[in-house]
Amino acid sequence: MTMHKLTVAKLSKGLKNKEFSALELTEHFLTRINQSDLNAFITITDDLALAQAKAADRKIADGSAGALTGIPYAHKDIFCTTGVKTSAGSKILNPFISPYNATVSYKLNSADMVMLGKANMDEFAMGSSNENSYYGPVKNPWDKGKVPGGSSGGSAAAVAGRLSPFATGTDTGGSIRQPASLCGITGLKPTYGRVSRYGMIAYASSLDQAGPLTQTAEDAALVMNVMAGFDDKDSTSVDREVPDYTQNLGNSIEGLKIGLPKEFFSEGLDGGVAETVMAAVKEFEAMGASVAEISLPNSAHAIPTYYIVAPCECSSNLSRLDGVRYGYRCEDPKDLEDLYLRSRSEGFGAEVKRRIMIGTYALSAGYYDAYYLKAQKVRHLISEDFKKAFRNVDVIMGPVSPTTAFDLGSFKDSVSMYLTDIYTLSLNLAGLPGMSIPAGFSNNMPVGLQLIGNYWSEEMLLNVSHQFQCQTDWHFQMPEGVGV
Amino acid sequence: MSLSEQQVKEISYLARLKVDEGEVAQTTAELNNILALMADLAKIDTEGVSPMAHPLNMSQRLREDEVSETDQFEVFQKIAPKTGKNHFLVPKVIE
Repeated sequence: MTMHKLTVAKLSKGLKNKEFSALELTEHFLTRINQSDLNAFITITDDLALAQAKAADRKIADGSAGALTGIPYAHKDIFCTTGVKTSAGSKILNPFISPYNATVSYKLNSADMVMLGKANMDEFAMGSSNENSYYGPVKNPWDKGKVPGGSSGGSAAAVAGRLSPFATGTDTGGSIRQPASLCGITGLKPTYGRVSRYGMIAYASSLDQAGPLTQTAEDAALVMNVMAGFDDKDSTSVDREVPDYTQNLGNSIEGLKIGLPKEFFSEGLDGGVAETVMAAVKEFEAMGASVAEISLPNSAHAIPTYYIVAPCECSSNLSRLDGVRYGYRCEDPKDLEDLYLRSRSEGFGAEVKRRIMIGTYALSAGYYDAYYLKAQKVRHLISEDFKKAFRNVDVIMGPVSPTTAFDLGSFKDSVSMYLTDIYTLSLNLAGLPGMSIPAGFSNNMPVGLQLIGNYWSEEMLLNVSHQFQCQTDWHFQMPEGVGV
Repeated sequence: MSLSEQQVKEISYLARLKVDEGEVAQTTAELNNILALMADLAKIDTEGVSPMAHPLNMSQRLREDEVSETDQFEVFQKIAPKTGKNHFLVPKVIE
């Protein structure tokens, strides 16, 4: 059986044509997950998945099925799910069973999709390698000695390892695009405000945004039709019509204006990655697009700006984890202060603690202006760079990550890992949508091409990516052993 | 700007995180390593630039002042580490 190789679009057709049932499909993926050594899942929800699959089959039988009825997925363990443990990859949320569903969880349930389990991730989405998970690192299906990227590392490994046709992810500074790139799959980070953040455990509230990880852009369009939309439970959700993202996938890209920011191709970019990205750009030219060099002069400032803004927001967001109302509490606290101090110190991992402390410092009296306020001003400059660039081009292209997937354990300090986020951070600071699509290989490891669009241009990004995927087959390449 | 070990102790207390005496030196070095990354920010000219707190230029949406939530205290207390008499229990605060 090779159902696991099929895209969401093909699985959907197969289910409708009764080539296989949702139950067979679910059992097939659950078997693969249980045999896998990637550590892509924190919780496998066998019983729930089988029950959801049976319910989906009933809908298919009585003709009331929707486009995604019976399609299995891996759900990043940052989305609250009623009755199923939600950990955010942290010990401090062990145990935590949410009494409510995230809006994204609710929407996927309402579309009769089948949740296979909760995907592994860097603790509270802080990391670029998935090594910061309390539940252990995830392995890259292309080379099990390498990282899958992060923070949505479990989601990306699950799709690349064909353990699930689709996975949810969240992207605060690259956490959908970078693992998609390192694992050779398609990932979309939508415009801030496009997908509801309700019930999605907050890391940095002004940057976090949920999106899909799939094999193809067409699949991303199919699931975005379900995930996107206004939610009155999220005060930053935007009340704006959701298009049918599949509608314009077939449009020609003749005349598309592509901008290549020179800052994305300077020192620090691996030669093999640069070559692969440029070969993809050439492919677009052959398809009738024009290419121009552009400049995003403040892009290098994205690293210090992001690593002030995000820790400030996280120090505030994570202050609610105090061992009192839910989650982990230390043994035998001697007084209330001891309860707070030990529950938090024993519950949070090292990287999370560092970011909380940096944020606490940057927001403290006497330092606020020099750090937080200054970073917010630079954030404005970074955002203005994009505004200017989009006056002349339709889409910005470049690498996602300076290198392909690196070895597990190769980064010994936080800062060198932060520097690898150079190409992904600026678009979160601006709130723009972006994608990573498979563009080829360097040293036998996948390389992603990043596409950045103007606000609310997801439809165009998906169209451009789909057209590329009609001409190439990088997105159908699979790690050895997966295709059998 | 770099942090002293004393400052790190103060910050960790503000953040309600415990840094053991033996770990203070290493934590200080790690945080200073991160802060060194921020040094360049001061050199950027931001004269006349307004701070951007949020990616979308939007104001807080308001809604009618109506009850939208039902009382679910039992559901929320069920997942708490310790409860009693419908309250969340913590060690005694007042002697």
